Amino acid sequence: MIKVYTSSVIDASADAVWAHIRDFNGLPKWHPAIAESRIEGNWPADRVGCIRNFQLRDGGTIREQLLSLSDYDYQCTYSILESPMGVDNYIATLKLTPVTDGNRTFAEWSAEFDPPPGQERKLADSIGQGVFQTGFDSLKSYFGHR
Amino acid sequence: MQRVTRSAVIDAPIERVWEVLRDFNSHDRWHPAVAESHIENGEASDQVGCVRNFRLRDGAHIREQLIALSDTEHVSTYCILDATVPLQRYVATLQLKPVTDGNRTFWHWQSTFDTPPGREAELADMVGRGVYEAGFEALRRHLRQGGDRQPRSAAAGATRAAEGRGGEMTGQAVILKAFGGSDQLAFDNISVPAPGPREVRIRQAAAGVNYIDVYIARGEYRMLEPPAPLGMEAAGTVLDVGAEVHDLLPGDLMAYACGRPGAYATLRTLPADQVVPVPSGIEAETAAALLFKGLTAEYLLHRTHTVRAGETILVHAAAGGVGTFLCQWGEHLGARVIGTVGSDEKARMARDNGCDVPIVSPDHRFAGAVKAATGGRGVDVVFDGLGRQAEHENYESLASTGHWISFGHTTGALPPLDPGLQSAKSLRLSRPVLFHYTDDPVRLRAMAANVFAMLQRGVLRVTVRHRFPLSAAAAALDALESRQTTGSIILVT
Repeated sequence: MIKVYTSSVIDASADAVWAHIRDFNGLPKWHPAIAESRIEGNWPADRVGCIRNFQLRDGGTIREQLLSLSDYDYQCTYSILESPMGVDNYIATLKLTPVTDGNRTFAEWSAEFDPPPGQERKLADSIGQGVFQTGFDSLKSYFGHR
Repeated sequence: MQRVTRSAVIDAPIERVWEVLRDFNSHDRWHPAVAESHIENGEASDQVGCVRNFRLRDGAHIREQLIALSDTEHVSTYCILDATVPLQRYVATLQLKPVTDGNRTFWHWQSTFDTPPGREAELADMVGRGVYEAGFEALRRHLRQGGDRQPRSAAAGATRAAEGRGGEMTGQAVILKAFGGSDQLAFDNISVPAPGPREVRIRQAAAGVNYIDVYIARGEYRMLEPPAPLGMEAAGTVLDVGAEVHDLLPGDLMAYACGRPGAYATLRTLPADQVVPVPSGIEAETAAALLFKGLTAEYLLHRTHTVRAGETILVHAAAGGVGTFLCQWGEHLGARVIGTVGSDEKARMARDNGCDVPIVSPDHRFAGAVKAATGGRGVDVVFDGLGRQAEHENYESLASTGHWISFGHTTGALPPLDPGLQSAKSLRLSRPVLFHYTDDPVRLRAMAANVFAMLQRGVLRVTVRHRFPLSAAAAALDALESRQTTGSIILVT
């Protein structure tokens, strides 16, 4: 089991950032690596248990299931059901916390998973930097940052 | 019940912030509201259950107990036992989290308490603004001024000392007056500007002396225009930082080995992304003796060529600065190391540092011995710091499909290799330059971390045998050029 943790500061209120990222089907709106997404079975995107099925820009397909969603804590948790990465037991959490000093947002994105043997470093980097940090960079440029 | 939450981002690595906040008795050194504090019964300030007994500047008296402390979660939880202010059932939790994007710290501070009726807003404001928000700003100031790096008794004086900084300062440096030899060096005063945006000013403890300094002094590498200070590498402590520098603080030990010359100096202002942190336990002199040559060995063995177990490599000047590291690290990687040296004494030293076959060849005639040591096959890689005079011998020493890595030229510049000769052995030729590898700050830090880790594991062993005062830089360069030195040469300020 390895853990990946990435955090950043976004120059907008937690309410504003949450409104932008809360939609479990909304990754293509804000994450540059995601081409298109749909929710399976026509479920609402904020129904816990729903499955998003999305295409990466480089062609892979990933299915992820929403495990928890909290508007009170600005937090969602999801697991990977299928992906080209070959990871097992993948659970990720995306969480926002208000920074009262400056009305900004502290954003954390973390994951725990079992990588294929020998792929630990590569996957930790591609998820921590390629997925999470890339997403934060996109949010920072969307909201503008100091 | 009242709940007060405040949070902030502190421009410092989490380790540095936590070092202050985990000390339950540190607040009278950094928080402006606290006049005096002590831990009761002589207990340690990280003892869960200990009680801090303190007075505020407004005269209030408070006793608080530490009820939880976690170095893994960076959490401290405490409650008020009794106080002259009417905060009842007050429990506070302070938590730090790393901001990995920029190596900063997120600080979350929250409490719950009851108050007498009608005083809710007043007391919530006192806690939120007077204690937490004032605390964020005060801790920022404390760290910027290096207050956490002062002994406790001197902490109060840190503010005054720091006020002297911020402007231009006068230091001393070794100036190259005109291209030429060591006789063109002068020791003189220089003015060192306050750090601008993304810059850091360092009080340097030691500077490393490298062969590149000789090339630069001669004008062979046009990296400066005289008059200008010489020197590529140094180590020392951060004095102050400019705007937009988030991960360096006064008192941090840093080193650098890239960018523009100017390291032979007592003080220096330079871009913050060119300096690397020196892990605790490693001294400035060691870092200054290690970094330039260590980074060179790092990229040669891992980036220009990926040396694998079972390969045979040829290292010249195997008892010199870079040569010693190539032997130590090459052996660690499982390579068979053949080295050339100028004397029997240096052959013994090379052998002690992992060189399997030291060849004594003061006239650079070694190909015969290399062939003999490899059963006629030759070596997989030549790390060539010699250049012109050894061109033929290096060519003869290489096995078919070998890799010729020319990274220096102590005997003169290597002429272009005849394409016919190259294809006769299917040779690969590389002419790498350290600065192309260290241009990218992320890669530079990864390379430096690799070098320091090898030092800490005992793979790289630094021997500083030659220590000159900064004012005697000319003698240090003469010693290097004489080929009489072994190990590293440093200048101390």
